[in-house]
Amino acid sequence: MNLIAALHRLAPAILACLLMAAPVAAQQPNSVNPTASSVKEKQLLDALKPGGSEILSGRVSIPDSRAGNLIQPAGRDFRVTQQDTIPKVGAYVIIGMIAVLALFFMFRGRIRIEGGESGRTIERFDSVGRYAHWTAATSFILLGLTGLNLVFGRSLLLPMIGPEAFASLTQAGKFVHNYVSFAFALAIALMFVMWAKDNFPSAIDMRWFAQGGGLVGSNHPPADRFNGGQKLIFWATILGGFALSASGYVLMFKPPEIAIAGLQLATVVHGLVGVILVAVIIAHVYIGTLGMEGAFDAMGTGRVDLNWAKEHHSIWVDKVAMKRPEDISSARAPAAGE
Amino acid sequence: MARMKFLCDADRCIECNACVTACKNENDVPWGINRRRVVTINDGKPGERSVSMACMHCTDAPCAAVCPVDCFYTTEDAVVLHSKELCIGCGYCFYACPFGAPQYPKTANFGSRGKMDKCTFCAGGPEADNTRVEFEQYGANRLAEGKLPLCAEMCSTKSLLAGDGEIIAQIYKERVVKRGYGSGAWGWKTAYKEDIAS
Repeated sequence: MNLIAALHRLAPAILACLLMAAPVAAQQPNSVNPTASSVKEKQLLDALKPGGSEILSGRVSIPDSRAGNLIQPAGRDFRVTQQDTIPKVGAYVIIGMIAVLALFFMFRGRIRIEGGESGRTIERFDSVGRYAHWTAATSFILLGLTGLNLVFGRSLLLPMIGPEAFASLTQAGKFVHNYVSFAFALAIALMFVMWAKDNFPSAIDMRWFAQGGGLVGSNHPPADRFNGGQKLIFWATILGGFALSASGYVLMFKPPEIAIAGLQLATVVHGLVGVILVAVIIAHVYIGTLGMEGAFDAMGTGRVDLNWAKEHHSIWVDKVAMKRPEDISSARAPAAGE
Repeated sequence: MARMKFLCDADRCIECNACVTACKNENDVPWGINRRRVVTINDGKPGERSVSMACMHCTDAPCAAVCPVDCFYTTEDAVVLHSKELCIGCGYCFYACPFGAPQYPKTANFGSRGKMDKCTFCAGGPEADNTRVEFEQYGANRLAEGKLPLCAEMCSTKSLLAGDGEIIAQIYKERVVKRGYGSGAWGWKTAYKEDIAS
């Protein structure tokens, strides 16, 4: 028991495994004769955990508790996730998403405004909302490209431009990634504060999903300010953005309370959430630009065509017409539909 | 060519930390960076052992595998070195290293990592051998002068051995036979996927 406790004294983060190791420790001899037998590395690693995947640490005279880690076989697992899991997951989700969108575009084509443009517009996002959105968008593109470079650059870009150019580019990318992250985190927080109240799931969303969200077929299930799909994008961005910011700042500031296992976990979480969010945002960009007529105006000018709004967000239009009719512009041409 | 390895005989190490000091002096290692360190396990208890640990120059090194800019290379003597010209200080090698060898000066913005520094087996770096620029960036290149790493060369109890893996393993085996016990070659299983039977 004392033997294990001594090993863990400088690594409080892995104290939890003490309990698991206790039955093993009980079988060890209580007194070791230092001249007759010797304490072996494998013995100690096995006592920590079967297979020896925990950290073997002791006392060190250097004022850095992490230097007390003698051997951490967990580095092997980190190597596998870094070299294999993250690039594989990334390639599957990103290429898969692009393939699905390409197929969708081939069969469904661009989703048009069925009633045509009415010429009347309704305010969808005010300037603060658009500011938050485009701050998040610009920073995410920069963060995404510099991040993907770390995952795929060595195998894709390095052979093309050579080690010196690639290292300079990646070094610059690291600075961009570190600095731009602050803008991204603030924009995510701002979007959360502004739009969370309109993004709580409701029964209307269930009906929206039941009807395929209008993506298949030509019907337009009713929706409030945000439909079920948009709510999914919103929460993916908020939760993904939060996970990325939290893990990213742990890696950037390396608080001394966090042991190496925590830093490894943060790197893996950061990489996996990053590639998945890139895939999600590719779908978001598609439907907001090429995929649907009239959708871009929501974030472009902030005002969408009334017919588009009625088709995609019927409940929201009714609410605005009731509460703030001044948000709906009067007809430009008197003959147009409405 | 030789296959260079370190071997710390934990039954001989007296935790004098002379290897740490010799390394810092020979390689002019900056403040806050320790290429070598001595860790004491079971401190003050029966079975206490001290182990001097640095980069073990692994076979199929994990640091090299995870480096996003591929800045590591292995010399003819199987010493794992890296280029500080290419290193971006991301820290991945530190997470992957089983021995905690990679170190980073806190020079960049927000106190973030500068170029990684680690034990070179006193073999310098990618610059021309024993030039001023090589010494400033990577430290001494004793191997190019036909000498072995200073940490092991001046170890007072000859606990720390450095040199060709087969020769130092042979020395260790003879010791174990003579004295009747040995705690094994620390880290060899992890670094070289082999162990010395004792």
